[in-house]
Amino acid sequence: VSGDGSHRHPTLAAYFGVFATLMALTALTVWAAFQHLGIWNTPVALTIAVTKALLVALIFMHLRYSPRLTAIVVVAAFGWLAILIVITVSDYLTRAWLPIYAR
Amino acid sequence: LADTTTAYVAHHFDDAAQQRDAASLGMWVFLVTEVMFFGGLFTAYVVYRAAFPDAFAHASHHLNILLGTINTGVLIGSSLTMALAVHASQLGKRSTLVTFLLLTMTLGGVFLGIKAVEYADKFHHHLVPGLHFAFAGSDAHQAQIFFSLYFAMTGLHALHMVIGLGFLAVKAYEYSGEIAHGFTPSAGPFWSFYYGLTGLHALHMVIGIGLLSWLIARARRGDFTARYNTPVEMVGLYWHFVDIVWIFLFPLLYLLGRHTL
Repeated sequence: VSGDGSHRHPTLAAYFGVFATLMALTALTVWAAFQHLGIWNTPVALTIAVTKALLVALIFMHLRYSPRLTAIVVVAAFGWLAILIVITVSDYLTRAWLPIYAR
Repeated sequence: LADTTTAYVAHHFDDAAQQRDAASLGMWVFLVTEVMFFGGLFTAYVVYRAAFPDAFAHASHHLNILLGTINTGVLIGSSLTMALAVHASQLGKRSTLVTFLLLTMTLGGVFLGIKAVEYADKFHHHLVPGLHFAFAGSDAHQAQIFFSLYFAMTGLHALHMVIGLGFLAVKAYEYSGEIAHGFTPSAGPFWSFYYGLTGLHALHMVIGIGLLSWLIARARRGDFTARYNTPVEMVGLYWHFVDIVWIFLFPLLYLLGRHTL
């Protein structure tokens, strides 16, 4: 499990920069929630949330500076999470298409 | 290895860097199981929201968006102070470390306090599922599902924060003790116990409180040293994880459908 030898860490400026960005994105997502964007309200809210989560994971949680093995474990886990969500939702959203399972 | 932390390297590790990487990997593996746990709840929420979009938008309007936004800022702020605590520990600045751990605890307490105010408001307005639930409108049954998921998701999130606060209390106590008593270079199997605690706590909080008391006793005895910062980093990862969960809870519960009605 030995690392690549480089254990660099973010600077204080990076921490405060991420904090400011997270606060700005929070304001943006609240503002966007009150706009009439049609079908785009949900994608916009989730895109902002994913961006914030990535910033926290990469900088605050040092994922960007971690060994590649750690990154592989995390990416694989979110791959499984995507399978969980996509297949479950595709099941429920298509039930009405088949009369036998409707509601 | 010319490294002052050699005394803390367990015999089955080559060096301090390898031990730290192993600890970090193990903590991440634990956290991704937590991601799956909350992911299941998120999935259930998405399925119900897709089935009853109007009722969920209607129910969502009963959440206080101002308090939700403030709490998001408070939790992001606590993530910053936690990151600064880890930073201070890496530089060996112990009093700065304790200061930032206490700040993180304070912000965590503020978050839970605001959450308590919100819960009390829901009780007052009969929006707690099962307890004389009353909701004006034809979609009361579906709205009750929304509030069931609301209390389940934010309640479990709050539980994780309480666990995190417990960890932080122990860390702050431990390090203030170290500052008072000075550096004592004795190695302890701290991080392996720490792992046991993190895993057990999430599921067995009562057992965890007993173990934490024992941990505090060991810290007071000087079994652990401030020179070794892996536990702080692990607590930091946990705290940021709780922040990430909220980053998704906030738009899903408070914001979606806000532009309608």
